[in-house]
Amino acid sequence: MEELIILIFAMAIVTYLPRFLPMHLLTRLEIPKTLIIWLRYIPVAVLAALIVPGITTVERQVNFAGDNSYFFASIIAFIVAWRSKNMLLTVTVGMGVVFLLQWFPFV
Amino acid sequence: MKKLLSPTQLLLAGAKKSIPIVLGYLPLGFAYGALASIAGISLSLIVTMSLVVFAGSAQFISVGMLAAGAGTFSIVATVFLVNLRHLLMSASLATYIPRFPRRLLPLLAFWLTDENYAVACCELRESEKNHLYMLGLFGTSYCGWVAGSALGGMFGGFFTSPSALMSMEYALYAMFIFLLVIQCTERKLLFAACVSGALSLFFYLTIPGSWYIMLAAVCTATMGVLAEKWKSS
Repeated sequence: MEELIILIFAMAIVTYLPRFLPMHLLTRLEIPKTLIIWLRYIPVAVLAALIVPGITTVERQVNFAGDNSYFFASIIAFIVAWRSKNMLLTVTVGMGVVFLLQWFPFV
Repeated sequence: MKKLLSPTQLLLAGAKKSIPIVLGYLPLGFAYGALASIAGISLSLIVTMSLVVFAGSAQFISVGMLAAGAGTFSIVATVFLVNLRHLLMSASLATYIPRFPRRLLPLLAFWLTDENYAVACCELRESEKNHLYMLGLFGTSYCGWVAGSALGGMFGGFFTSPSALMSMEYALYAMFIFLLVIQCTERKLLFAACVSGALSLFFYLTIPGSWYIMLAAVCTATMGVLAEKWKSS
């Protein structure tokens, strides 16, 4: 319980700093150009690193079989996100595909 | 001619712009609350986390890592790296709001999320906006997230069937996929996403723990910088 409270507040601090410091400091400090270029890659790199292992593995084993519903839902979610640019639609369709595949596995 | 709006009207106009965000945050917050309550976290702590952290992906990751038995340090380090993406959003938003009262910046920064940033940037690019408008927009999204997670913490226990759980957990990946797709605006970023995805899978399969995210992202960004330097030299 106490450890959880410490965790939550530590998370709050490390979440707040990247949100606040650039806004606060930008007018006073010059960010090195190389750091800016490096930072430009971080959002997509982190997102891809979160997605790929999550959708291609089951219990830390690569799995493209029919019981990996996340993989098939993700193919659909990619298409929906790309065509619609709509977060709510992407999330709803993705969740719907996973839900259906649990009920009607095709392999 | 633009007529002057009262403070309440400004707040409400901003709040109205956050409706699509709230529609997304309610189910996502609910899914977070439900997963956290199933992981054994109490309702008060579930809501506290949403109140003080207010970061969807970070909260999902922490719950997932807690359930997998990860340590405090690796969770905080992962959350920090995941939220580093806000650095650039914060820097970019700062250029749009030079006339906002400085004392409001700490609060606006606290409410900075991918979705708030995306909507705020579109609005601010269109025309200059009053700070009350921005408070209405960000604050409403925040309320939606907190309300969704409280409801999830209270009623998420009813959704214990594996299929409902699996699909709620999948909301996170669908959100990440959406955010990745809208952020791949340049060929080099699309390439970086592919490299990072492949690297993360490799690290995930070879290194125990949750360090694969940070390792892949840091390697990819460094390779990107080196490739750009090499190309321009």
